[in-house]
Amino acid sequence: MRYIPNSPDERAELLAAVGVSSVDDLFATVPRAVYQRGPLPLPPPSSEIEVRRDFGALAASNASLSDWTSFLGAGLYSHHSPAFVSQLLLRGEFLTAYTPYQPEVSQGTLTAIYEFQTHVSLLTGMDIANASMYEGASAFVEAVLMAERLTKKKTKVVVSQGIHPEYLRCLRTYLANFPFAIVEVPVGADGATDAAALRTAVDDATFAVAVQSPNVFGIVEGWDAVAAAAHAKNALAIGVVSEMFSLAVLQPPGARGVDIACGEAASFGVPPSFGGPLVGFLACRDAFKRQIPGRLAGKTVDADGAPAYCLTLSTREQHIRRERATSNICTNQGLFALAATMTLSALGKQGLRETALQCLAKTEYLKAGVKALRGPFSLAFTGKTFNELALRCGPGVDAVLRRAEEKKILAGVPYARLDPPGSAHRDVLLVAVTERVPRAGLDGLLAVLRSF
Amino acid sequence: MSDALATEPGVRRDARLDRRRRFGSLFDVKRTGRKGVFLPALDVPAADPAALYGDAHRSEVAGEVEANEVDVVRHFTRLSQLNFAIDTALYSLGSCTMKHNPRINEEIARLAGFNDAHPYAPVHLAQGNLELMWRLEQALKALTGFARVTLQPSAGANGELTGALMIRAAHVKRGNPRKNVLVPDSAHGTNPATAHFAGYDVVELASNAHGTLDLAELASKLNEDVAALMITVPNTLGVFEERILDITKMVHDKGAYVYLDGANFNAFVGKVRPADMGVDVMHMNLHKTFSTPHGGGGPGAGPVGVAPALVPFLPVPTVENDGGVFRLDVDRPDTIGKMRTFYGNFGVLVRALTYIVSYGNRIHEVAENAVLNANYIRRKLEPFYHLKYAAPSYHEVVFDDKKQAAKGLHNIDVAKRLMDYGFHPPTMSFPLIVPGALMIEPTESEPKEELDAFVDAMIAIAKECEDAPEIVHGAPHTTPVRRLDEAGAAREASKVGNFAPVLRAPTVR
Repeated sequence: MRYIPNSPDERAELLAAVGVSSVDDLFATVPRAVYQRGPLPLPPPSSEIEVRRDFGALAASNASLSDWTSFLGAGLYSHHSPAFVSQLLLRGEFLTAYTPYQPEVSQGTLTAIYEFQTHVSLLTGMDIANASMYEGASAFVEAVLMAERLTKKKTKVVVSQGIHPEYLRCLRTYLANFPFAIVEVPVGADGATDAAALRTAVDDATFAVAVQSPNVFGIVEGWDAVAAAAHAKNALAIGVVSEMFSLAVLQPPGARGVDIACGEAASFGVPPSFGGPLVGFLACRDAFKRQIPGRLAGKTVDADGAPAYCLTLSTREQHIRRERATSNICTNQGLFALAATMTLSALGKQGLRETALQCLAKTEYLKAGVKALRGPFSLAFTGKTFNELALRCGPGVDAVLRRAEEKKILAGVPYARLDPPGSAHRDVLLVAVTERVPRAGLDGLLAVLRSF
Repeated sequence: MSDALATEPGVRRDARLDRRRRFGSLFDVKRTGRKGVFLPALDVPAADPAALYGDAHRSEVAGEVEANEVDVVRHFTRLSQLNFAIDTALYSLGSCTMKHNPRINEEIARLAGFNDAHPYAPVHLAQGNLELMWRLEQALKALTGFARVTLQPSAGANGELTGALMIRAAHVKRGNPRKNVLVPDSAHGTNPATAHFAGYDVVELASNAHGTLDLAELASKLNEDVAALMITVPNTLGVFEERILDITKMVHDKGAYVYLDGANFNAFVGKVRPADMGVDVMHMNLHKTFSTPHGGGGPGAGPVGVAPALVPFLPVPTVENDGGVFRLDVDRPDTIGKMRTFYGNFGVLVRALTYIVSYGNRIHEVAENAVLNANYIRRKLEPFYHLKYAAPSYHEVVFDDKKQAAKGLHNIDVAKRLMDYGFHPPTMSFPLIVPGALMIEPTESEPKEELDAFVDAMIAIAKECEDAPEIVHGAPHTTPVRRLDEAGAAREASKVGNFAPVLRAPTVR
C-alpha cells in the first residue's frame, strides 16, 4: 500500500520474528463473532491520479472566494494572506510534529506559541493569552466557565444578543448540565447592547457579563459600559472579538476594564476552509492565569542556562490528576496558531494599521453608497461600524443574493442563517468588507442594490 | 558528565550555544519601520478613525513586530529546524499515532474550492463541500457500522464531550439523566474530565491482572444510576478487551450506553466494526487513524458515530442528501445544539476522506501493519525492558523502567537519551496504572530498517543504563537545547506580576 513501506516479503520477516504465522494470529483476542475476515464493502484503493480527478471535480463545484467578489463575513472574514504563510506551513518540521511535550526537540513550535501569546496579548491589551483554542465559540464558552471558576458560588451569566448567535448556541449546549442561568440582553436601535437593560440584568448572582465588539451586526460596542456593569456586582467582564483587525483602530478590551478577552483570530492568515479549522484565542489579566484553560508556553532556561521555552501551568491534559482538570480540551490549533503568528509577524505594526484602515475606508464608502440609494434598502442600525454592516433589504435577502450572484457577487450573509429558529431580523443581510475587495466590487454591489 | 561529549566532533557545547543565540523570539530583536505586507493603494476616500471613533480610537498596537518578509521567512524557517517531526524519523509517542502524513491530502485540502470557500456561501454554491461531508459520513459509517456520524467536533476530546452530551440528552428524554459514568483506571485522562463536564460523577473501575476490565468489578458498580461506560479499545496498554461482547451486554442490560474512546481505532480499523461489538457511541480522532497532520498540536477533528437510539440528539446541522442535492438540516428538535461555529474542521475532513479513499477496501492493512510493527518492537525489546502486562499487544506496547530504576535511571532519562539517537521519545505520562511507563507506538508507516534502528537505540540505552548511567542521566546532549528547568518555568509563571517575559515578550524592549 501507498503509505505502508514494508513489502509482503518484509512483513513475512516481521511475522516470523514475532513468532506468528499470519496477521490473523495478532488479532486472536478479538471475538470471532465480530472479526472481519475479508475487506469491508468499500471501493478499491484510489491512485493519486484518481484522487486528483475525483476531488478536483468536487472542489470545482463550490464557489471559491478567489473567483467571486465576496462580502461574506459574519464571524469569518476573508483577508489577504501572504504567500509565504501557506508555503512555510507545509514544512514537515511544523506540519508533522505533535504537541511539544518534549521541549528539547520542539523549540520551533514552542517559540511560535510564545509569540502567538504575545501577539494576542498586545492586540487585546491583556497581560497574557493562551496557546489558542479550537475556534471562537468554544473559546467564548471556556471564557464563561473560567469566569465562573474565578467567582465562586455565583450562578448567572449575562450575555448580549449582539454576540454571534452560534456562539450563544454553543454556550447553551455546553452549559446544559451546569446549574447556571443564561440571561440575554437585546440590542437597541443603534445596534449596540441596550446599556440600561444590561445594568438591570446584572445582579449579585451574576458571575460574568459578555459583549462582542464589533458585534454580530457590525456595531462597535463600548467596552467600558460592560466592565462597569460587571464590576458593579463583582462579576467579570468578558469581551468577545471575532474580527481581530478591528483592534488596530479600536481600543482593546484590556485597556477598557474587560477581564477576559476571547474570540476568533482566523482573520490572520487562516483560510476560511468552509468554516474550519480556525483559531480561537483566550486572553486575561495576570491575576486570573491559574484558571486559564488550554495550553501555555513559558520561557525558562536549559541545563546550560540558555533561554528556552516549554509548556507550563498545565491545568489539563493526561498528566494532570483527572478530576482536577478544568477543561477537557487537549489539542489546541497548533498549525493555525502558527499561521496567525506568521501573518501577524509580516503584517506587524504598520500592516495591521494599514489593513484595518482599508477595511474601514471601504466600509464607509459602501455605507455612504447605501445611504445615497433611493431604493428599498437601509442600514438596520445607526451605530458606528468597522468592516461589516447590517443591511435591511426591502425586497428580501434572497432576492438580493440571487440578483448579486448573476454578477458573480456574494452579497452577504442572511442574519437568519446564523440564528435559524425564529430570527427577529429576517430582512437583514450582513455585509462584510475587507481589503480584498476593490472599489469596482463595492460599486458592483451598489449597482445590484440600485437595480431594485 | 556530558562534558566528555564536548570534545566529540559535532556536539561541541559552545557551538550549539552560539547557534542557539541566533534563535529566540522575533520580539527579541529591535527593528524599526519595517513591514512585510504591501497592499494595493487605497482606491476609495480614506477614513478618519480618530474623528469617527473619538476616544475609542486606538492609534497603534504598541510593541508589535516590525519586520520584512525576509526577516519573517528566515525566522520561521530557522524555528522549524528546531523541531523533531515524523518526516525525519520514527516518532514513538504512544497513543498519539504519529504516522506518515500523505502529501496528496495537503494538495487536495488546498484546492481553492475547499480552502477558499466560506461556510455561509449559499448552499447551492457549496454542493461539493456538502457532498464531501456526506461522503465522509458514509465512509465512516461503513468503517464503524454506526447509524450516523456527526463531523462537527473540533478534536477527540470535543467529540468525547459531544458523545457524553448526547448520552445525557437520551437519558433525560427517557425521564432520568442518571448519575454516574464508569471509567476504567487505564483510561485517557480526558475521559473523566469529559464525564464531569456532562454533569456526571465518575466511578473508577480497577483493571484486572491482565490490564483489562474486571467483569466482577464492572458488575459490582453497574446499576440503574449508571448512564454509561466509557471504555477504550484497545485500551491504553494496547490490550484488546477480549470480553467486549459480554461487557456491552452487561451495560445495555442496565439501560446504560457504551461509549468507546476511539483514540485507538487505528488498531482495528477494517478489522472490527465498533457497532458490531455493541458500542453505542464512539469518537474518531481523524488526525490519528486517518493521518491528518498533527501540526505541532492541532488542528484535529473528532467525528462521533452513534447507534440509532442516539441519532435524534446529534448536533446541528446535519448534512442530508436529497437525491443528489445536498442540504444542511437545522430542524432537529431533540438536538443537543452546537459544539462550535459552522460545521466542523472541514479542512481536516477533506484530508481524512482523501486518505480513506486512497486506501479503499485495503484499509484493514493499516491496522494489520500497525499491530505487526508494535509486536515486532515488543519482541525485540522484551529482554531489555520490563513489561508489566503480558497480554497480547495491538498497536502499541507499554514497557516500564523497572529494570533501569535499579540503577537510579527513570523513564524520562531513557526518553531524553533516545533524542540523542534521533528518535522521538515514547509517551510517559500514562497509563497511570503503569508507573514509569514507556508507551511505544510505531504505526504502520515505519519500514523494517527504521524499526530495527529504533530497537538498536533502545537496546544501546538499556546497556548505557548499566555501563554509563551518567550519559543517560545527562541526556539529551545533541538537541538544540538541553533539559529544561520546567519546574522553574511553572514557579516563575505562577507568580503574580511575572507574566512578562515568562508568558509573553515584554511590551517595551
